Amino acid sequence: MTNIKKLISKPLFLPIFCMILVMAVNIIFDAINGNFALNFFTISVRNGILYGRLIDVLNRGSEIAILAIGMTLVVSCSAGTDISVGSVMSLAASFCCMLLAGFGVSSTSSYNVPLFVGVIAGILLAGVCGAFNGALVAFLNVQPMVATLILFSAARAIGLLLCNNLIVYVRVDSFGVFGGHLGILPTPIIIAAVCILVATVLLKKTALGLYVQSVGINRKASRIAGVRSERIIFICYIICGLCAGIAGIIASSRITSADSNNIGLNFELDAILAVALGGNSLGGGKFRLAGSIIGAYTIQAITTTLYALGVSTEQAPVYKAIIVIIIVAIQAPPVKAFFARRQAKKAALKGGVA
Amino acid sequence: MKKKVVSMLMCAALGATLLAGCGSGSTDAGSSDASATTDDGATTDDGAADDGATTDDGAASGDVITIGFAQVGHESDWRTASTNSCQTVFSAENGYDLQFVDCDNDSAVQLEAVRGFIEQDVDYIIIDPIVSTGWDTVLTECEDAGIPVIVIDRTIEDSDKYVSWVGSNFKTEGLAAGEWLKAYTEAKGISDVNVLVIEGSTGASATIGRTEGFKEIADANGWNILDSQSGDFTEAGGQEVMESYCKSYEGQFNVVVCQNDNEAFGAMTAMKNAGVSYGVDGDVILISFDACTAGLEKVLSGEINADFECNPLAAPFVEQVIQALQNGETPEKEVYMTEHWFVNEDILSSITVNGESQDLTVVDQTIIDAQY
Repeated sequence: MTNIKKLISKPLFLPIFCMILVMAVNIIFDAINGNFALNFFTISVRNGILYGRLIDVLNRGSEIAILAIGMTLVVSCSAGTDISVGSVMSLAASFCCMLLAGFGVSSTSSYNVPLFVGVIAGILLAGVCGAFNGALVAFLNVQPMVATLILFSAARAIGLLLCNNLIVYVRVDSFGVFGGHLGILPTPIIIAAVCILVATVLLKKTALGLYVQSVGINRKASRIAGVRSERIIFICYIICGLCAGIAGIIASSRITSADSNNIGLNFELDAILAVALGGNSLGGGKFRLAGSIIGAYTIQAITTTLYALGVSTEQAPVYKAIIVIIIVAIQAPPVKAFFARRQAKKAALKGGVA
Repeated sequence: MKKKVVSMLMCAALGATLLAGCGSGSTDAGSSDASATTDDGATTDDGAADDGATTDDGAASGDVITIGFAQVGHESDWRTASTNSCQTVFSAENGYDLQFVDCDNDSAVQLEAVRGFIEQDVDYIIIDPIVSTGWDTVLTECEDAGIPVIVIDRTIEDSDKYVSWVGSNFKTEGLAAGEWLKAYTEAKGISDVNVLVIEGSTGASATIGRTEGFKEIADANGWNILDSQSGDFTEAGGQEVMESYCKSYEGQFNVVVCQNDNEAFGAMTAMKNAGVSYGVDGDVILISFDACTAGLEKVLSGEINADFECNPLAAPFVEQVIQALQNGETPEKEVYMTEHWFVNEDILSSITVNGESQDLTVVDQTIIDAQY
């Protein structure tokens, strides 16, 4: 009993619980339809690659999970959101493909520059975008939403210009690796895992995590205490930009082309939602990276579940919204407080009887 | 201090936008001057009192015909092809002066562009309407100015004050896909047809028409449409939907219909990963729409069985309408463009769509090179 209580009181319990709840819907659905009840969770090897819905969730959720890392830091340190990540994804992808194919070329089957040059340049450009946002927010004190609004609208357009208003197809097998498979595992899963690992090490093993939280809780106090608040915020936005760049390369590699109009479309909203679903406050301050990552995969689990259930595409957003409302409501402080009060009452009653 | 810096930056930004605005404004003015000089004001004034025929008396006698074209934007290869088509057909060599405005998917910009054309007193206005409603006022203004309006590609719902609409019949495309599949499965001796559809963006006229047309044939032949979900006309969308289909309907389907080429590319990747063989030599028949160059290449390589064209080259048909107006004739209200049905195999030569026999085109390299 006490073990369960301990488990419930863990801060990450609710986000994980919600994710499991979403996936559990599939068990019920499969059982009702007379399929094998654990269909959703079955993982097999097909064509030499891991195959299954759970793999799909991990695979397709990679971009949002990577974006969520950067978004968590940005939210935490500046109490605002970076709404430019989706557009920056598109820009990074366009720049990478433009370099690989050469300007004005709409379809190529050989590289113009070596693959790593294109990929690194794409990610770096996204980092520069992050630095631009960071400079506006940290040094010019522009509100994060306003500062990032500039690139939200401009980055995608710049990407279109770079691609000469065309969809640039880079039909080379090695470019497809980032969105394809490395050995038995889908590469996006590996990339996401590496990103999460690096971020965790960076936040736990250095003081950065602590600094970010302290800046988020009180910027002035932190500065008085000796933390260079501006620099911390600036760094967080750069990290967010780099994350967007990596996500952009993955998205572009999946389709071996740069579709500037559609890559990363509305991803900023999913990234912000991931942070919120992970139980983090959008008001900044304390954060839990693991929560955001779980939130990201929860969002993908919802999408994949809706596909698996065969919910028609017109209705899917409605169900998605309902699920999100429920998850957010469960984690809302008043609801939590309500359950805590009830528990306390029960405990008191029991104590009285005894 | 910081506030000062911010405010200075803001001022600079404002100034820059103003300057930029002026820049484009002045070029506009320049071009309107140009059109004013090519037109002789008297004839157009006459035209205002009457309908289109008299407006162009001047033009018919060898003058340059000025045309204003308010294009949607430049969001896809298809759109680029549409723009290029207009620019080549209505070129200076052919005796036209084309005022082209790229509205960047902003309907307010498009309305302004049309008003600009009225001010410039062009001879004809071509609109590819970004939205289908809210056109009555501005089209009335065009009518009052005596400028005939030709609508292409997308439709206008709330006004009929335009001369002609030139575009694709999406339902016919869907019907053709169905008829082809019927003939093809009969020729191949496939009796059990189980279809998965990857639709386009929800609510788009292409999605509605193609779905409707194909479903009509499917229902008539008792085909089983297992599922129909939207891939948003994108490669990533097609990939994700197909990935899910491969798991939900494992081994149950033998036809996949993608409502544009990009979705088909995505579906191919997903099927490859799931170990499903498709195309001419595969277990699954893959049907696609649009027939852009990249799509036709896949038809040639046999990965797509059949591709149903959505013709972006509206300009030649618009020119026919304009010629008819020049000659004082009344063009038809709805002009459907000829479209081609591309296939890989030379098994069937024609299909019957709407009771009318239509040829199938077997794709080869010359056709791909000629395609947009």
